[in-house]
Amino acid sequence: MRHLLSISDLSKDDAVLILDTAIEMARASDGPMKKLPTLRGRTIVNLFAEDSTRTRISFEAAAKRLSADVINFGAKGSSLSKGESLKDTALTLQAMGADAVIIRHSASGAPVRLADSAWMSGSVINAGDGTHEHPSQALLDAFTIRKHCAKGGGDLAGLRIGIVGDVLHSRVARSNVLLLALLGAHVTLIAPPTLLPFGVENWPVDISYDFDSVLPSLDAVMMLRVQQERMSDLFFPNAREYSRYFGLNRDRMLMMKPNSIVMHPGPMNRGLEITADVADSARSVIVEQVSNGVSVRMAILYLLLAGAPSEIGANT
Amino acid sequence: MSAALSAQEISRALTRISHEILEKNGGSSNLTLLGIPTRGAHLASRIATIINSIDSCDVPVGTLDITLHRDDLRMRPPRALMPTLIPQAGIDGRDVILIDDVLFSGRTIRAALDALGEIGRPKSVQLAILVDRGHRELPIRADFVGKNIPTARTQNVKVNLSETDGEDEVVVSEGESK
Repeated sequence: MRHLLSISDLSKDDAVLILDTAIEMARASDGPMKKLPTLRGRTIVNLFAEDSTRTRISFEAAAKRLSADVINFGAKGSSLSKGESLKDTALTLQAMGADAVIIRHSASGAPVRLADSAWMSGSVINAGDGTHEHPSQALLDAFTIRKHCAKGGGDLAGLRIGIVGDVLHSRVARSNVLLLALLGAHVTLIAPPTLLPFGVENWPVDISYDFDSVLPSLDAVMMLRVQQERMSDLFFPNAREYSRYFGLNRDRMLMMKPNSIVMHPGPMNRGLEITADVADSARSVIVEQVSNGVSVRMAILYLLLAGAPSEIGANT
Repeated sequence: MSAALSAQEISRALTRISHEILEKNGGSSNLTLLGIPTRGAHLASRIATIINSIDSCDVPVGTLDITLHRDDLRMRPPRALMPTLIPQAGIDGRDVILIDDVLFSGRTIRAALDALGEIGRPKSVQLAILVDRGHRELPIRADFVGKNIPTARTQNVKVNLSETDGEDEVVVSEGESK
């Protein structure tokens, strides 16, 4: 496989290989060998047509630790804001010799369009497209869960994981459902019916509208951001009611299993889906998710770019 | 296919290498052993056990995965990474003994020297190898050799160790060289 577009392109072995590689990358980053020569001379373009803090910086840090050259370019301050098409942008990148493009786009499917076209020959890595997928985030979440909760072995078999909140608009939730199911975890979506997508009954998940009844059984609780910028309709009566039923606060945190963890892909709406005291508590691994993100993205870049024809995805 | 070294010969070679390491370095006090995974790491821990029993000491042992430093990464599919575990005391000022199973082109050792340079500045770096099969492509030689086995480029040399392969044996077979 040359590209990382969707979790559905990965086999279980691929996913475990990425997570195992990330363990060694984390060890390298923690140790004295911070800078590795592996991708020296390769050019990686960060094409972020939608705003991002964590994902962009994290991919940039990962590429730089592997000695690749990184070109950042966002919608603001580039010709994208003048209305240049994705095709012309891609042709420009190809002409400049980009070995890989990490793309975030507000349109679902933009990375697939880029990968399937003949516009450019490099690898395409999906860093979040519309409400479709965000595979590197799912991989870093699985890495974090495995580190804290896994009962030995490569996968997440036997773990119960809750994904809470705005599933409808969340590409993080889509990628996570696919990956966690692939790795053998049991996923429960917890959200008001208005924030669950059409066809969700066909996903490999349980669905609950009652946070309090599910919470005590969970090993990890993944809170999702309420994506107000994508909400053109009224999905719940008001923010206070949403927080009461689906927000994670101190009282709910006390119901959680010992050693279970609280996750959030960021950016957080403190006070809406998660209260500040929970976000800053000892159970919260939200900041650690960010540093794990660098290791996981190093693993992705290494496996996609370092070798000759890549082996992840070869057997799917 | 023929057994170039038996289990007993491997064991004798490792014992001799251990003595030679101690002799050349005047004891074990400044030694750090680093094995190159997979089989070099097992050899390193065996040599450490022998040195510890000869010199009644506790010599630091670690592993050094050189995959990310290889110069042939672009020529093959990416491979899984192995652990790099550097002993707590680090390698600055130490006499580092690199340990691997087979010395062939020398490229693995070049990569290992690069990796060591990122980690610290050893007082010296020495190389211990179970089998030297010749055909060097770089100016690299081993300080401690278990056995020199002249081979053709097309042959394969396979070191089997009980930790990974069930039994100790070195096998030379005909075949396409990788």
